[in-house]
Amino acid sequence: MTSTTASPRALHLSSKRARRKLARARRRRSFARSWTAYRSQRTGMVGLVLLGAIVVLAIGAPILIDESQLSVTQATGGRMEPPSAAYPLGTDETGRSILALTLWGSRLSLLIGLTATVVAILIGTAIGVTSGHIGGWYGWIALRISDWFMVLPSLVVAIALLAVLGRSMATTITVIALVSWSGTTRLVRAQTLTVQARPYLERARALGAGHWHQMTKHILPNVLPLVLASATLLVPSAILMESSLAWLGLGDPSVVSWGSILNRASDNGAVSAHAWWYLLPPGLAILIVVLAFMMCGRALEAVFNPRLRGER
Amino acid sequence: MTLLEFRDLHVTYTGSRGRLPAVRGVDLTVDAGETLGIAGESGCGKSTLAMAVLRLLPKSAEVSGRILLDGEDLLAMGWGRLRAVRWTGASIVFQGAMHSLNAVQRIGRQVAEPLLVHERTTPAKAARRAEELLERVGLPPSRARSYPHELSGGQRQRVMIAMALACDPGLIIADEATTALDVMVQAQVLQLISGLVAEKGVGLVMISHDLSVLSAVCDRAAVMYAGRIVEQGPAREVFANARHPYSAALGAAFPAIGDLAARKRPGGLAGDPPDPSRLPRGCAFAPRCAVAVERCVDESPELLPVPTGGSAADPVRTSACFVAQEGEPVVAQR
Amino acid sequence: MIDGSTTAGGSSAEDPPAGRPGGPRRGSRHGRVSSGFGWYLFKHAGGAAVSLLLVLFSSFFIFRLIAGDPIDQLTKERPVSPEQREAMRAELGLDRPMWQQFWDYIAGTLTLDLGESFQYRRPIFDLIVERLPATLLLSGTGMVLAVALGFWIGTRSGWKQGSRFDKGQVATGLLLYSAPTFWLGMIVILVFARFLGIFPVNGMRSPSTPPDFWSQAVDIGHHLVLPVLTYTAVVYAGYLMIMRSSILDEIGSDYLTTARAKGLRDDEVRRRHAVPNALLPTVTLVFLALGSVVNGSIVTEAVFSWPGLGSLFVQSIFYPDRPVLQALFVLFSSSTILAVLCAEILYWFIDPRIRRS
Repeated sequence: MTSTTASPRALHLSSKRARRKLARARRRRSFARSWTAYRSQRTGMVGLVLLGAIVVLAIGAPILIDESQLSVTQATGGRMEPPSAAYPLGTDETGRSILALTLWGSRLSLLIGLTATVVAILIGTAIGVTSGHIGGWYGWIALRISDWFMVLPSLVVAIALLAVLGRSMATTITVIALVSWSGTTRLVRAQTLTVQARPYLERARALGAGHWHQMTKHILPNVLPLVLASATLLVPSAILMESSLAWLGLGDPSVVSWGSILNRASDNGAVSAHAWWYLLPPGLAILIVVLAFMMCGRALEAVFNPRLRGER
Repeated sequence: MTLLEFRDLHVTYTGSRGRLPAVRGVDLTVDAGETLGIAGESGCGKSTLAMAVLRLLPKSAEVSGRILLDGEDLLAMGWGRLRAVRWTGASIVFQGAMHSLNAVQRIGRQVAEPLLVHERTTPAKAARRAEELLERVGLPPSRARSYPHELSGGQRQRVMIAMALACDPGLIIADEATTALDVMVQAQVLQLISGLVAEKGVGLVMISHDLSVLSAVCDRAAVMYAGRIVEQGPAREVFANARHPYSAALGAAFPAIGDLAARKRPGGLAGDPPDPSRLPRGCAFAPRCAVAVERCVDESPELLPVPTGGSAADPVRTSACFVAQEGEPVVAQR
Repeated sequence: MIDGSTTAGGSSAEDPPAGRPGGPRRGSRHGRVSSGFGWYLFKHAGGAAVSLLLVLFSSFFIFRLIAGDPIDQLTKERPVSPEQREAMRAELGLDRPMWQQFWDYIAGTLTLDLGESFQYRRPIFDLIVERLPATLLLSGTGMVLAVALGFWIGTRSGWKQGSRFDKGQVATGLLLYSAPTFWLGMIVILVFARFLGIFPVNGMRSPSTPPDFWSQAVDIGHHLVLPVLTYTAVVYAGYLMIMRSSILDEIGSDYLTTARAKGLRDDEVRRRHAVPNALLPTVTLVFLALGSVVNGSIVTEAVFSWPGLGSLFVQSIFYPDRPVLQALFVLFSSSTILAVLCAEILYWFIDPRIRRS
């Protein structure tokens, strides 16, 4: 993490563009440094490669397998057939290919996980920065509320909300975001308070910088690396939450996600039918994606969190 | 009789910045019942030296040479023997007692712990002995039931001393034992240490950056700079009449109370100790030295006997300074 | 830390003694503890009370305001006349003003009158009392096992950071942590109950078991194995990581060097000094993680059809049995809040340092 203090030379540069260029160059340098630190961690790189492969598969799913294979009415296979040459991972109770379902399911699981995380991070960062920077009554109340959300059992809240809001992708995303923003808020708030105490921010205040300027130009750039690391760790829990909700039958009924495949599997007695091919692929897919995100997130945390950096 | 002896001791840390030599060839002896002071700035290797005695250095430290305690080579010992020697052969009064005591364990238990480890005794007897030890260092025995944070800095340092005395070791190493204390408490603790040492006849190695403290307590003093001993001699002499420019500067940084001359001409030393990864070719002190000559930049001086004050050479007075070895004054004349 | 003398500071400014030597020490210390504790308790209990009120408020908000008219839910399968509807509304108190309904709700909850379940037509309080033991048995056993296992491995992992043991344990923990609970449960059932047939598929009792105590206990134990296994496998990794990083924070501390210098064995240094210090910050985290304990037990109960509160919650979703959902929402949420309060109180007694501030 580099501080945003401008070098003395930069202060004398009259043109705004030159100053921007300098800032950009500095960011690029610090990014390069972080990347070098990240690259030295084997698990992080393995996670990144895994993630890349999964994202490519998810995006390429329509090219690899036609969407018509997901249709119940056009299914060609028999009921819960074990793996064969025609269906490498067997079929479900309506004769659809499990391989096709799992591949297509990745799109929804990733989409919901990522969107919910982005929403949660946006809420969390906004509340964290403002509550840390403005403080006072607002800051106190924001802290109390985020603490409250942190203590509540997230799945209970999510189930309760989905039970009354109805099942759709939008509600799923909203509910997951709602139960996951609080951790980010705490982190960002703490970091904001640290940055706040640094002398250059005092200088900025003395020079008449407004709240907006201080928050966007000084606090945010310092908070973002940590937010990135925590976001990477939030995605897997969002994906797990989505799959749990979908498995319970609270997912959007019109789409295929890994959780909803497993929901159909248990509703149709895949366990008692010993249909391991129906259970393994979607579950393993969740496990691998979650693991890949965790590996990346832990590596990022080691890069950006000074407390964890270095071996003692 | 020699109690502790360092023979050509080298300690090198390997870290992300490469190999950092912390101690570079130290030869030093402490006799039974003798008190030796080791002085130097932070980073000169004096604490490393102390930790090396009980082999408490982290794994990243590479130690070579010999450390003889009662004639036994500590570096060649097996783990079992080493554990037996720890605290019974030599004990340490650590610096910064707040962090050196376990914050969530009562004082009494911490003082009694070495007794339970090393002696055949019952917990009840060890607890009673711990209370006696606390009394010896001037604390009410009831303090045994306190936690470290309930004590003042001086009291905590007394606890550390009581702990160090627990197994009647032949050698006590006090590592910056009084540094964090204010002047009055510091004097009390120093008095306590020297009193106990004289009473029990144990050897004491006292480590401090304050040469004036050492001169008040110790028989002999060694001054360290950049991992080497640069001057050795009777403590009072080293302080009052330094034969190495670094000792002179160190002594001037802590003038004795009432020394009018020092008040009028405050001493000090510009610059920082050298980076251990980039030591100068010649004398490590040359870049900061006011009396350095050409030779100091190219050649590294050895610790040799020096003439004292222009009179006959004193065999116990040694200095690693070309200027002092020539018999010239080591303080720049104004 | 080549030469630690620069890190020596810290205690110089705190010299005024914290106690009067020679004075009536025990008494004075006790007096200070109790008065300090009163304020400490008041502060934290007050915070918990506000959180609990917020739970009541939000449950009313979710289930009465967002959810809409419960009569539609109740009568979805039968045609009812407007008069019947009005009668039902009056019976349930829905014809009264919203603020009064809110007040009734608060008063009802506080007096444990939680209303009646739509699906069982019985008081919800009775349902909860009936199913609570099963939940406590499963999640209690699972949590004790997960904490013990996680702490045990976490301590050793952190103590030998970077060793093969550490790497292997962290990898295993992360792998299990990444598995969705429900899926792991299904796989466990498939392997141990279906393929191998050594454990029952689901439920808590077999109907054929003789009614005497020991047969029942063995039967319940037999049913308990797979759910507890699943639950522990997913949850322990979290505790492992907490304990591991807590130990890593302690490694390199001066008091451990002191302990080593005293001649203690490596494992004695760990057990007697590092672990007690590392446990302290961990206690609150364990209680804070109770939210995830509830999450895990709901899913585990659902997979194994364990007759506890979690499966009641899940089966109430689709009925839909809103009074039950609402009551369990309040129960689950308030139990985590109370657990955190317990952690804070416990912290006072186990960490001597906190009492001073």
